[in-house]
Amino acid sequence: MMPSRVVLTGVRKRFGRLEVLRGIDQIIEPGRITALVGPNAAGKTTLIKLILGLVRPAPGGTVEVDGIAVNGDPSYRQRIGYMPQAACFPEQLTGREVLDLLTGLRGQRDGLDEELIERFKLTPALDRPVRALSGGTRQKLNAAVAFLFRPSLLILDEPTAGLDPVAAGILKDKVLRAPAQGTSVLLTSHLMSEVEELAQDLIFLLDGSVAFRGTVEALLQQSGESRLERAIGRLLEAAGR
Amino acid sequence: MSMARKVLTSQLRNVARSRWILAYGLLLLGVTELLLRFGGSGERALLSLLNIVLLLLPLVSVVFGTLYIHNAREFIELLLAQPVGRGSLYAGLFGGLALPLAGTFVLGVGAPLLLQGGSEPGYLAHCLLLLGAGVLLTLVFTAFALCVAVRLDDRAWALGAALLVWLFCSLVYDGVILLLTTLFGDYPLEGPLLVMIFLNPVDLARVLLLLSFDISALLGYTGAVYERFFHGGLGASLAVLMLLICAAVPLLLGLRWFRRKDF
Repeated sequence: MMPSRVVLTGVRKRFGRLEVLRGIDQIIEPGRITALVGPNAAGKTTLIKLILGLVRPAPGGTVEVDGIAVNGDPSYRQRIGYMPQAACFPEQLTGREVLDLLTGLRGQRDGLDEELIERFKLTPALDRPVRALSGGTRQKLNAAVAFLFRPSLLILDEPTAGLDPVAAGILKDKVLRAPAQGTSVLLTSHLMSEVEELAQDLIFLLDGSVAFRGTVEALLQQSGESRLERAIGRLLEAAGR
Repeated sequence: MSMARKVLTSQLRNVARSRWILAYGLLLLGVTELLLRFGGSGERALLSLLNIVLLLLPLVSVVFGTLYIHNAREFIELLLAQPVGRGSLYAGLFGGLALPLAGTFVLGVGAPLLLQGGSEPGYLAHCLLLLGAGVLLTLVFTAFALCVAVRLDDRAWALGAALLVWLFCSLVYDGVILLLTTLFGDYPLEGPLLVMIFLNPVDLARVLLLLSFDISALLGYTGAVYERFFHGGLGASLAVLMLLICAAVPLLLGLRWFRRKDF
Protein backbone atom coordinates (compact mmCIF):
# COMPACT_ATOMS: atom_id res chain seq x y z
CA MET A 1 0.00 0.00 0.00
CA MET A 2 1.22 3.51 -0.82
CA PRO A 3 1.59 5.90 2.12
CA SER A 4 -1.13 8.53 2.32
CA ARG A 5 -0.88 12.21 1.51
CA VAL A 6 -3.09 14.66 3.35
CA VAL A 7 -3.79 18.09 1.94
CA LEU A 8 -5.43 20.80 4.03
CA THR A 9 -6.50 23.92 2.16
CA GLY A 10 -7.83 27.06 3.79
CA VAL A 11 -9.04 25.12 6.82
CA ARG A 12 -10.76 27.24 9.42
CA LYS A 13 -12.79 26.15 12.38
CA ARG A 14 -14.72 28.08 14.93
CA PHE A 15 -16.52 26.78 18.02
CA GLY A 16 -18.93 29.51 18.99
CA ARG A 17 -16.88 32.67 19.45
CA LEU A 18 -13.60 30.80 19.66
CA GLU A 19 -11.68 30.57 16.41
CA VAL A 20 -9.69 27.37 16.82
CA LEU A 21 -8.08 27.15 13.38
CA ARG A 22 -7.36 30.23 11.30
CA GLY A 23 -6.72 29.18 7.73
CA ILE A 24 -4.44 26.15 7.66
CA ASP A 25 -2.79 25.26 4.34
CA GLN A 26 -0.59 22.24 4.87
CA ILE A 27 0.43 18.98 3.28
CA ILE A 28 1.24 15.89 5.31
CA GLU A 29 3.83 14.35 3.05
CA PRO A 30 3.56 10.65 2.25
CA GLY A 31 5.95 8.30 3.94
CA ARG A 32 7.07 10.85 6.53
CA ILE A 33 6.58 11.10 10.27
CA THR A 34 5.07 14.49 10.94
CA ALA A 35 4.64 15.85 14.44
CA LEU A 36 1.93 18.32 15.25
CA VAL A 37 3.05 20.32 18.24
CA GLY A 38 1.98 23.42 20.06
CA PRO A 39 0.79 24.63 23.44
CA ASN A 40 -2.57 23.64 24.92
CA ALA A 41 -5.59 24.86 22.92
CA ALA A 42 -3.42 25.53 19.85
CA GLY A 43 -5.81 23.49 17.67
CA LYS A 44 -3.88 20.20 17.38
CA THR A 45 -6.74 17.88 18.32
CA THR A 46 -9.20 19.81 16.15
CA LEU A 47 -6.85 19.44 13.18
CA ILE A 48 -6.60 15.68 13.77
CA LYS A 49 -10.37 15.43 14.10
CA LEU A 50 -10.80 17.31 10.84
CA ILE A 51 -8.69 14.72 9.04
CA LEU A 52 -10.72 11.94 10.68
CA GLY A 53 -13.99 13.60 9.68
CA LEU A 54 -15.09 13.99 13.30
CA VAL A 55 -15.15 17.76 12.91
CA ARG A 56 -16.18 19.63 9.78
CA PRO A 57 -14.21 22.61 8.48
CA ALA A 58 -15.84 26.00 7.96
CA PRO A 59 -17.15 26.50 4.39
CA GLY A 60 -14.36 27.16 1.94
CA GLY A 61 -11.82 24.89 3.62
CA THR A 62 -11.06 21.41 2.37
CA VAL A 63 -9.32 18.34 3.69
CA GLU A 64 -8.22 15.63 1.27
CA VAL A 65 -6.74 12.24 2.03
CA ASP A 66 -5.11 10.70 -1.05
CA GLY A 67 -7.14 13.03 -3.24
CA ILE A 68 -10.44 12.04 -1.63
CA ALA A 69 -12.27 14.97 -0.07
CA VAL A 70 -13.32 14.42 3.53
CA ASN A 71 -16.98 15.26 3.18
CA GLY A 72 -19.05 12.65 4.96
CA ASP A 73 -18.28 9.51 2.93
CA PRO A 74 -16.57 7.28 5.52
CA SER A 75 -14.82 4.88 3.08
CA TYR A 76 -11.53 6.85 3.03
CA ARG A 77 -11.08 6.01 6.73
CA GLN A 78 -10.33 2.44 5.63
CA ARG A 79 -6.79 3.79 5.10
CA ILE A 80 -6.46 5.38 8.53
CA GLY A 81 -5.30 3.93 11.84
CA TYR A 82 -6.12 6.12 14.82
CA MET A 83 -4.82 6.00 18.35
CA PRO A 84 -6.69 8.48 20.56
CA GLN A 85 -5.01 9.96 23.59
CA ALA A 86 -7.10 7.96 26.05
CA ALA A 87 -8.01 4.32 25.54
CA CYS A 88 -11.77 4.16 25.83
CA PHE A 89 -13.27 0.82 25.01
CA PRO A 90 -16.63 -0.47 26.27
CA GLU A 91 -16.04 -1.66 29.81
CA GLN A 92 -18.04 -4.88 29.57
CA LEU A 93 -16.51 -6.16 26.34
CA THR A 94 -13.34 -8.21 26.27
CA GLY A 95 -10.35 -6.97 24.31
CA ARG A 96 -11.00 -9.70 21.75
CA GLU A 97 -14.61 -8.57 21.30
CA VAL A 98 -13.36 -5.03 20.69
CA LEU A 99 -10.94 -6.33 18.06
CA ASP A 100 -13.72 -8.44 16.51
CA LEU A 101 -15.97 -5.40 16.27
CA LEU A 102 -13.28 -3.31 14.61
CA THR A 103 -12.21 -6.04 12.19
CA GLY A 104 -15.88 -6.57 11.36
CA LEU A 105 -16.43 -2.87 10.70
CA ARG A 106 -13.32 -2.76 8.50
CA GLY A 107 -14.25 -6.00 6.77
CA GLN A 108 -10.61 -7.00 7.13
CA ARG A 109 -9.86 -10.20 9.00
CA ASP A 110 -6.76 -11.32 7.12
CA GLY A 111 -3.36 -9.73 6.78
CA LEU A 112 -3.61 -8.03 10.15
CA ASP A 113 -0.53 -6.59 11.81
CA GLU A 114 -0.54 -8.29 15.20
CA GLU A 115 3.07 -7.47 16.05
CA LEU A 116 2.13 -5.11 18.90
CA ILE A 117 -0.30 -7.64 20.38
CA GLU A 118 2.55 -10.12 20.52
CA ARG A 119 5.28 -7.72 21.66
CA PHE A 120 3.04 -6.21 24.36
CA LYS A 121 2.09 -9.79 25.38
CA LEU A 122 -1.56 -8.79 25.16
CA THR A 123 -3.00 -12.19 24.22
CA PRO A 124 -4.00 -13.30 27.77
CA ALA A 125 -5.48 -9.85 28.49
CA LEU A 126 -7.66 -10.02 25.38
CA ASP A 127 -9.97 -12.53 27.06
CA ARG A 128 -10.62 -10.30 30.05
CA PRO A 129 -13.26 -7.55 30.13
CA VAL A 130 -11.84 -4.09 29.48
CA ARG A 131 -12.94 -2.98 32.97
CA ALA A 132 -10.52 -5.50 34.44
CA LEU A 133 -7.55 -4.16 32.46
CA SER A 134 -5.09 -1.64 33.87
CA GLY A 135 -4.75 1.80 32.28
CA GLY A 136 -1.44 0.78 30.72
CA THR A 137 -2.87 -2.41 29.22
CA ARG A 138 -5.77 -0.48 27.76
CA GLN A 139 -3.31 1.93 26.21
CA LYS A 140 -1.36 -0.99 24.74
CA LEU A 141 -4.59 -2.31 23.23
CA ASN A 142 -5.25 1.19 21.91
CA ALA A 143 -1.86 1.21 20.16
CA ALA A 144 -2.31 -2.32 18.81
CA VAL A 145 -5.69 -1.35 17.30
CA ALA A 146 -4.16 1.63 15.47
CA PHE A 147 -1.56 -0.55 13.71
CA LEU A 148 -3.78 -3.61 13.26
CA PHE A 149 -5.12 -2.84 9.80
CA ARG A 150 -1.80 -1.81 8.23
CA PRO A 151 -3.05 1.71 7.55
CA SER A 152 -1.47 4.03 4.99
CA LEU A 153 -2.04 6.94 7.38
CA LEU A 154 -1.47 6.58 11.09
CA ILE A 155 -2.72 9.26 13.45
CA LEU A 156 -1.34 9.04 16.98
CA ASP A 157 -2.50 11.43 19.67
CA GLU A 158 0.03 11.44 22.53
CA PRO A 159 0.93 7.81 21.76
CA THR A 160 3.18 7.03 24.73
CA ALA A 161 1.03 8.69 27.41
CA GLY A 162 0.28 6.06 30.06
CA LEU A 163 2.75 3.50 28.73
CA ASP A 164 5.66 2.17 30.77
CA PRO A 165 9.16 2.82 29.34
CA VAL A 166 9.47 -0.67 27.84
CA ALA A 167 6.11 -0.49 26.08
CA ALA A 168 6.81 3.11 24.99
CA GLY A 169 10.08 1.92 23.45
CA ILE A 170 8.35 -0.90 21.58
CA LEU A 171 5.75 1.52 20.26
CA LYS A 172 8.34 4.09 19.20
CA ASP A 173 10.31 1.42 17.32
CA LYS A 174 7.12 0.46 15.54
CA VAL A 175 6.38 4.08 14.62
CA LEU A 176 9.90 4.58 13.29
CA ARG A 177 9.52 1.54 11.02
CA ALA A 178 6.11 2.64 9.73
CA PRO A 179 7.26 4.83 6.79
CA ALA A 180 9.31 1.99 5.37
CA GLN A 181 6.17 -0.17 5.49
CA GLY A 182 4.13 2.31 3.47
CA THR A 183 2.59 4.40 6.23
CA SER A 184 2.55 8.15 6.74
CA VAL A 185 2.45 9.11 10.40
CA LEU A 186 0.92 12.19 12.00
CA LEU A 187 1.47 12.40 15.72
CA THR A 188 1.01 14.86 18.53
CA SER A 189 3.04 14.91 21.70
CA HIS A 190 3.87 17.24 24.53
CA LEU A 191 7.17 15.42 25.02
CA MET A 192 9.68 17.21 22.82
CA SER A 193 12.25 14.46 23.38
CA GLU A 194 9.74 12.05 21.85
CA VAL A 195 9.07 14.36 18.90
CA GLU A 196 12.82 14.75 18.36
CA GLU A 197 13.24 10.98 18.44
CA LEU A 198 10.38 10.18 16.09
CA ALA A 199 9.51 13.06 13.80
CA GLN A 200 11.07 14.13 10.54
CA ASP A 201 8.67 17.00 9.85
CA LEU A 202 7.21 19.45 12.30
CA ILE A 203 4.09 21.58 12.21
CA PHE A 204 4.06 24.03 15.10
CA LEU A 205 0.60 25.39 15.78
CA LEU A 206 0.04 28.53 17.78
CA ASP A 207 -3.41 30.01 18.37
CA GLY A 208 -4.84 28.15 15.41
CA SER A 209 -2.17 29.20 12.91
CA VAL A 210 0.98 27.48 11.70
CA ALA A 211 3.94 29.24 13.33
CA PHE A 212 6.55 26.90 11.87
CA ARG A 213 6.58 24.21 9.20
CA GLY A 214 9.69 22.31 8.26
CA THR A 215 12.02 19.56 9.31
CA VAL A 216 13.16 19.18 12.88
CA GLU A 217 16.73 19.89 11.72
CA ALA A 218 15.62 23.09 10.01
CA LEU A 219 14.02 24.34 13.21
CA LEU A 220 17.12 23.54 15.24
CA GLN A 221 19.27 25.32 12.67
CA GLN A 222 16.94 28.32 12.52
CA SER A 223 16.85 28.71 16.29
CA GLY A 224 20.53 27.95 16.87
CA GLU A 225 19.55 25.53 19.62
CA SER A 226 20.68 21.96 19.97
CA ARG A 227 17.51 20.65 21.62
CA LEU A 228 14.01 20.78 20.21
CA GLU A 229 12.48 21.82 23.50
CA ARG A 230 14.60 24.98 23.57
CA ALA A 231 13.96 25.64 19.89
CA ILE A 232 10.21 25.49 20.51
CA GLY A 233 10.73 27.80 23.50
CA ARG A 234 12.40 30.27 21.13
CA LEU A 235 9.39 30.11 18.81
CA LEU A 236 7.07 30.82 21.72
CA GLU A 237 9.25 33.72 22.88
CA ALA A 238 9.22 35.16 19.38
CA ALA A 239 5.42 34.97 19.41
CA GLY A 240 5.37 36.91 22.67
CA ARG A 241 4.50 33.96 24.87
CA MET B 1 -23.98 -8.08 8.11
CA SER B 2 -24.49 -4.34 7.94
CA MET B 3 -22.38 -1.87 9.89
CA ALA B 4 -25.38 -0.95 12.05
CA ARG B 5 -25.92 -4.58 13.04
CA LYS B 6 -22.27 -5.02 13.96
CA VAL B 7 -22.36 -1.95 16.19
CA LEU B 8 -25.71 -3.05 17.61
CA THR B 9 -24.45 -6.53 18.45
CA SER B 10 -21.44 -5.24 20.34
CA GLN B 11 -23.40 -2.51 22.14
CA LEU B 12 -26.08 -5.02 23.06
CA ARG B 13 -23.42 -7.29 24.55
CA ASN B 14 -21.89 -4.39 26.46
CA VAL B 15 -25.19 -3.02 27.81
CA ALA B 16 -26.61 -6.44 28.63
CA ARG B 17 -23.58 -7.19 30.85
CA SER B 18 -23.90 -3.91 32.72
CA ARG B 19 -24.61 -4.19 36.42
CA TRP B 20 -27.19 -1.43 36.12
CA ILE B 21 -29.21 -3.50 33.70
CA LEU B 22 -28.99 -6.47 36.02
CA ALA B 23 -30.13 -4.29 38.95
CA TYR B 24 -32.99 -2.90 36.85
CA GLY B 25 -34.10 -6.41 35.90
CA LEU B 26 -33.96 -7.60 39.51
CA LEU B 27 -35.91 -4.54 40.68
CA LEU B 28 -38.66 -5.16 38.14
CA LEU B 29 -38.70 -8.85 39.00
CA GLY B 30 -38.90 -8.13 42.73
CA VAL B 31 -41.65 -5.52 42.43
CA THR B 32 -43.75 -7.70 40.11
CA GLU B 33 -43.29 -10.70 42.38
CA LEU B 34 -44.28 -8.68 45.46
CA LEU B 35 -47.36 -7.24 43.78
CA LEU B 36 -48.45 -10.66 42.60
CA ARG B 37 -48.00 -12.15 46.07
CA PHE B 38 -49.49 -9.34 48.13
CA GLY B 39 -51.41 -7.18 45.68
CA GLY B 40 -54.46 -9.32 45.20
CA SER B 41 -55.60 -11.08 42.07
CA GLY B 42 -53.70 -11.02 38.83
CA GLU B 43 -55.76 -8.20 37.33
CA ARG B 44 -55.33 -6.01 40.43
CA ALA B 45 -51.63 -6.66 40.47
CA LEU B 46 -51.53 -5.65 36.82
CA LEU B 47 -53.21 -2.35 37.65
CA SER B 48 -50.71 -1.61 40.41
CA LEU B 49 -47.89 -2.58 38.11
CA LEU B 50 -49.21 -0.19 35.51
CA ASN B 51 -48.30 2.84 37.60
CA ILE B 52 -44.81 1.53 38.26
CA VAL B 53 -44.32 0.84 34.56
CA LEU B 54 -45.49 4.31 33.61
CA LEU B 55 -43.16 6.03 36.08
CA LEU B 56 -40.11 3.81 36.24
CA LEU B 57 -39.68 2.74 32.63
CA PRO B 58 -39.42 6.23 31.11
CA LEU B 59 -37.13 7.36 33.95
CA VAL B 60 -34.71 4.46 33.63
CA SER B 61 -34.69 4.54 29.82
CA VAL B 62 -34.02 8.26 29.50
CA VAL B 63 -31.47 8.54 32.33
CA PHE B 64 -29.58 5.31 31.61
CA GLY B 65 -29.57 6.05 27.88
CA THR B 66 -28.28 9.60 28.30
CA LEU B 67 -25.50 8.60 30.69
CA TYR B 68 -24.54 5.59 28.59
CA ILE B 69 -24.09 7.67 25.43
CA HIS B 70 -22.14 10.28 27.34
CA ASN B 71 -19.83 7.68 28.87
CA ALA B 72 -19.32 6.07 25.46
CA ARG B 73 -18.41 9.34 23.80
CA GLU B 74 -14.71 8.54 23.30
CA PHE B 75 -15.52 5.09 21.96
CA ILE B 76 -18.06 6.64 19.60
CA GLU B 77 -15.24 8.88 18.35
CA LEU B 78 -13.05 5.83 17.83
CA LEU B 79 -15.85 4.13 15.89
CA LEU B 80 -16.33 7.26 13.80
CA ALA B 81 -12.62 7.07 12.93
CA GLN B 82 -13.41 3.72 11.24
CA PRO B 83 -15.08 3.47 7.83
CA VAL B 84 -18.54 3.63 9.41
CA GLY B 85 -21.30 6.02 8.38
CA ARG B 86 -22.81 8.16 11.08
CA GLY B 87 -26.31 6.89 10.30
CA SER B 88 -25.26 3.25 10.78
CA LEU B 89 -23.48 4.04 14.03
CA TYR B 90 -26.48 5.97 15.35
CA ALA B 91 -28.85 3.12 14.47
CA GLY B 92 -26.53 0.62 16.16
CA LEU B 93 -26.30 2.73 19.29
CA PHE B 94 -30.07 3.10 19.52
CA GLY B 95 -30.72 -0.59 18.99
CA GLY B 96 -27.92 -1.56 21.35
CA LEU B 97 -29.50 0.51 24.09
CA ALA B 98 -33.22 0.01 23.47
CA LEU B 99 -33.14 -3.77 22.98
CA PRO B 100 -31.49 -4.71 26.30
CA LEU B 101 -33.65 -2.19 28.18
CA ALA B 102 -36.83 -3.53 26.58
CA GLY B 103 -35.67 -7.13 26.98
CA THR B 104 -34.92 -6.61 30.67
CA PHE B 105 -38.40 -5.16 31.16
CA VAL B 106 -40.09 -8.03 29.31
CA LEU B 107 -38.15 -10.61 31.33
CA GLY B 108 -38.34 -8.82 34.69
CA VAL B 109 -42.06 -8.12 34.51
CA GLY B 110 -43.27 -10.66 31.99
CA ALA B 111 -41.77 -13.80 33.52
CA PRO B 112 -43.51 -13.57 36.93
CA LEU B 113 -46.72 -12.26 35.36
CA LEU B 114 -47.00 -15.14 32.97
CA LEU B 115 -45.71 -17.82 35.35
CA GLN B 116 -47.88 -17.12 38.35
CA GLY B 117 -50.46 -14.60 37.25
CA GLY B 118 -54.25 -14.72 37.48
CA SER B 119 -56.60 -16.95 35.62
CA GLU B 120 -59.24 -14.34 34.77
CA PRO B 121 -60.44 -14.21 31.19
CA GLY B 122 -58.44 -11.65 29.27
CA TYR B 123 -55.54 -11.75 31.76
CA LEU B 124 -53.05 -12.92 29.18
CA ALA B 125 -54.16 -10.24 26.72
CA HIS B 126 -53.78 -7.58 29.42
CA CYS B 127 -50.31 -8.86 30.28
CA LEU B 128 -49.28 -8.71 26.65
CA LEU B 129 -50.73 -5.21 26.30
CA LEU B 130 -48.80 -4.06 29.38
CA LEU B 131 -45.59 -5.59 28.05
CA GLY B 132 -46.19 -4.11 24.60
CA ALA B 133 -46.87 -0.63 26.02
CA GLY B 134 -43.75 -0.93 28.20
CA VAL B 135 -41.60 -1.87 25.20
CA LEU B 136 -42.98 1.08 23.22
CA LEU B 137 -42.33 3.47 26.12
CA THR B 138 -38.77 2.13 26.36
CA LEU B 139 -38.25 2.86 22.65
CA VAL B 140 -39.70 6.37 23.05
CA PHE B 141 -37.57 7.34 26.02
CA THR B 142 -34.40 5.73 24.69
CA ALA B 143 -34.92 7.88 21.60
CA PHE B 144 -35.27 10.94 23.85
CA ALA B 145 -32.05 9.88 25.60
CA LEU B 146 -30.11 9.74 22.34
CA CYS B 147 -31.53 13.06 21.28
CA VAL B 148 -30.51 14.73 24.55
CA ALA B 149 -27.07 13.10 24.75
CA VAL B 150 -26.21 14.04 21.17
CA ARG B 151 -27.36 17.61 21.55
CA LEU B 152 -25.86 18.45 24.94
CA ASP B 153 -22.12 17.92 25.38
CA ASP B 154 -22.07 18.79 29.04
CA ARG B 155 -22.90 15.71 31.08
CA ALA B 156 -24.65 17.58 33.89
CA TRP B 157 -26.79 19.54 31.45
CA ALA B 158 -27.65 16.38 29.54
CA LEU B 159 -28.66 14.57 32.73
CA GLY B 160 -30.74 17.58 33.78
CA ALA B 161 -32.46 17.70 30.41
CA ALA B 162 -33.15 13.96 30.54
CA LEU B 163 -34.78 14.34 33.95
CA LEU B 164 -36.79 17.30 32.67
CA VAL B 165 -38.08 15.25 29.74
CA TRP B 166 -39.20 12.56 32.17
CA LEU B 167 -40.67 15.06 34.61
CA PHE B 168 -42.55 16.84 31.85
CA CYS B 169 -44.05 13.69 30.34
CA SER B 170 -44.81 11.96 33.65
CA LEU B 171 -45.99 14.83 35.86
CA VAL B 172 -46.01 18.34 34.40
CA TYR B 173 -48.06 17.46 31.33
CA ASP B 174 -50.78 15.96 33.50
CA GLY B 175 -50.72 19.10 35.62
CA VAL B 176 -51.30 21.19 32.50
CA ILE B 177 -54.20 18.95 31.48
CA LEU B 178 -55.67 19.23 34.98
CA LEU B 179 -55.32 23.00 34.87
CA LEU B 180 -57.04 23.19 31.50
CA THR B 181 -59.92 20.98 32.64
CA THR B 182 -60.36 23.20 35.70
CA LEU B 183 -60.20 26.43 33.72
CA PHE B 184 -62.44 25.26 30.90
CA GLY B 185 -64.65 22.87 32.87
CA ASP B 186 -67.81 24.36 31.36
CA TYR B 187 -66.81 23.44 27.86
CA PRO B 188 -66.86 20.02 26.18
CA LEU B 189 -63.16 19.13 26.47
CA GLU B 190 -63.20 15.48 25.47
CA GLY B 191 -62.00 16.16 21.93
CA PRO B 192 -59.12 18.52 22.82
CA LEU B 193 -58.10 16.29 25.73
CA LEU B 194 -58.00 13.28 23.47
CA VAL B 195 -55.65 15.21 21.18
CA MET B 196 -53.50 16.29 24.15
CA ILE B 197 -53.28 12.74 25.41
CA PHE B 198 -52.16 11.64 21.99
CA LEU B 199 -49.24 14.06 22.20
CA ASN B 200 -47.77 12.61 25.40
CA PRO B 201 -46.50 9.03 25.21
CA VAL B 202 -46.92 8.38 28.93
CA ASP B 203 -50.55 9.54 28.94
CA LEU B 204 -51.23 7.63 25.78
CA ALA B 205 -49.90 4.40 27.29
CA ARG B 206 -51.79 5.07 30.53
CA VAL B 207 -55.17 5.62 28.86
CA LEU B 208 -54.65 2.73 26.48
CA LEU B 209 -53.93 0.39 29.38
CA LEU B 210 -56.53 1.72 31.80
CA LEU B 211 -59.30 1.38 29.26
CA SER B 212 -58.26 -2.14 28.43
CA PHE B 213 -58.80 -3.02 32.11
CA ASP B 214 -62.47 -2.11 31.75
CA ILE B 215 -62.45 0.55 34.41
CA SER B 216 -63.42 3.36 32.07
CA ALA B 217 -66.66 3.78 34.07
CA LEU B 218 -64.49 5.35 36.79
CA LEU B 219 -63.63 8.12 34.38
CA GLY B 220 -67.24 9.16 33.83
CA TYR B 221 -68.38 10.61 30.54
CA THR B 222 -64.81 11.22 29.43
CA GLY B 223 -64.13 7.56 30.03
CA ALA B 224 -67.05 6.66 27.83
CA VAL B 225 -65.68 8.84 25.02
CA TYR B 226 -62.21 7.29 25.36
CA GLU B 227 -63.68 3.83 25.69
CA ARG B 228 -65.52 4.29 22.40
CA PHE B 229 -62.40 5.64 20.74
CA PHE B 230 -59.75 3.27 22.05
CA HIS B 231 -61.77 0.09 22.09
CA GLY B 232 -62.34 0.27 18.40
CA GLY B 233 -59.47 -1.33 16.52
CA LEU B 234 -58.77 1.97 14.86
CA GLY B 235 -58.28 3.89 18.11
CA ALA B 236 -55.91 1.32 19.58
CA SER B 237 -53.99 1.12 16.30
CA LEU B 238 -53.75 4.90 16.21
CA ALA B 239 -52.45 4.89 19.78
CA VAL B 240 -49.74 2.36 18.92
CA LEU B 241 -48.90 4.31 15.77
CA MET B 242 -48.67 7.51 17.78
CA LEU B 243 -46.33 5.87 20.29
CA LEU B 244 -44.13 4.80 17.39
CA ILE B 245 -44.22 8.35 16.04
CA CYS B 246 -43.27 9.60 19.51
CA ALA B 247 -40.19 7.38 19.28
CA ALA B 248 -39.44 8.26 15.66
CA VAL B 249 -39.53 12.05 16.07
CA PRO B 250 -36.78 12.38 18.72
CA LEU B 251 -34.86 9.55 17.07
CA LEU B 252 -34.79 11.33 13.71
CA LEU B 253 -34.08 14.68 15.31
CA GLY B 254 -31.16 13.09 17.18
CA LEU B 255 -29.94 11.52 13.92
CA ARG B 256 -29.99 14.91 12.22
CA TRP B 257 -27.88 16.37 15.05
CA PHE B 258 -25.60 13.34 15.15
CA ARG B 259 -24.87 13.67 11.42
CA ARG B 260 -23.91 17.33 11.81
CA LYS B 261 -22.17 17.09 15.14
CA ASP B 262 -18.56 18.08 15.68
CA PHE B 263 -17.06 15.51 18.02
